[in-house]
Amino acid sequence: MKLLALIAVLMTGALLLYGTIDMPDWGDPHSPASIHVSPRYIEKTMEETAVPNVVTSVLADYRGYDTLGETVVIFTAAMACILLIRRPRK
Amino acid sequence: MIAHLEDIIIQTVCRILIPFIQVYGLYVIAHGHHSPGGGFQGGVILGASFILLCVAYDINEAKRRLNEKLDTMFCSLGLIIYSGIGFVCLVLGGNYLNYSRLGHILPVDPVNARSLGILGIEIGVGITVMAVMISIFLDLASRGKHEEGLE
Amino acid sequence: MELIISKYNYWVYIILMMIGFYAMIGKRNLVKKLVGMNIFQTAIILYFVSTGAKRGASIPILEGGHGEAIHAIHAAHYVNPLPHVLMLTAIVVMVSTFGVALALIIMLYRRYNTLEEDEILELRK
Repeated sequence: MKLLALIAVLMTGALLLYGTIDMPDWGDPHSPASIHVSPRYIEKTMEETAVPNVVTSVLADYRGYDTLGETVVIFTAAMACILLIRRPRK
Repeated sequence: MIAHLEDIIIQTVCRILIPFIQVYGLYVIAHGHHSPGGGFQGGVILGASFILLCVAYDINEAKRRLNEKLDTMFCSLGLIIYSGIGFVCLVLGGNYLNYSRLGHILPVDPVNARSLGILGIEIGVGITVMAVMISIFLDLASRGKHEEGLE
Repeated sequence: MELIISKYNYWVYIILMMIGFYAMIGKRNLVKKLVGMNIFQTAIILYFVSTGAKRGASIPILEGGHGEAIHAIHAAHYVNPLPHVLMLTAIVVMVSTFGVALALIIMLYRRYNTLEEDEILELRK
């Protein structure tokens, strides 16, 4: 059983490492993730929202709807724990 | 159950340290605009101060300061603040969660109204995350045996 | 060899991911499987954050924000902020699934009085 698990893990690791041949280098400023949307966020965040912290302004203003969904997720986790564990005292 | 260890050094240090941890949590929420931080990080620090009180003393000490009914109400209060700000922006004529419309009721220009809207929703998120951390810990640590459960 | 040196961050995080994956499928105790899931999720979060790094750039907080005017902003001076934002959501999802999984383990212990996976499968028959 553990030998089978070890073989599966090694095969998955080899496939993932084969897939990193095409990915950009470590610290490359011209990677596709860094030249499409994020320069617009960095340059325009001071004149549209007066907040110097780019992470907070993207999280709470440009993508505020996703943060609402995520707060609902953590609220649902608390409700699930309450419903599973608490037993009413009769 | 968890073996309870009453040590005088841990209890004295925690009694001195917990107010400073709470002030630091509020500092992290309020300074989310200018330094790393914001709602989630400050909420976790505030929740961790209550968990430290549970670990150092008995679990009833934390329940005396924040019982479960009040804690569950805080969970919903944060979400009501968040979507309430969105609805106020909708009523004033813009899109949902478009904070520049808050400039009609607050005496600021639309750019600074966005900054105040971000501060408002971070406070809501901080309250919800603090209440959820405390609620999950109290449920898992006492395994459901509360003296006063939910009716 | 040049492939490993220029992309060594992907190699390190994939090895960490595989350690967590082996713990999830190779161990028999339920709590050890849960610890493996936590290691796996942490490795994924670190992998995504490492794709946003830039050589010679600083943290994504704009200079001079305490009251003075901001001069010309070049996007190449700051680290890409988008992976940081998305991974904040991923951390919260990680905490939520960990909490609900621990609650399910408590329910299983109440019912079967053991936490080994093969004993639970035996008791179900």
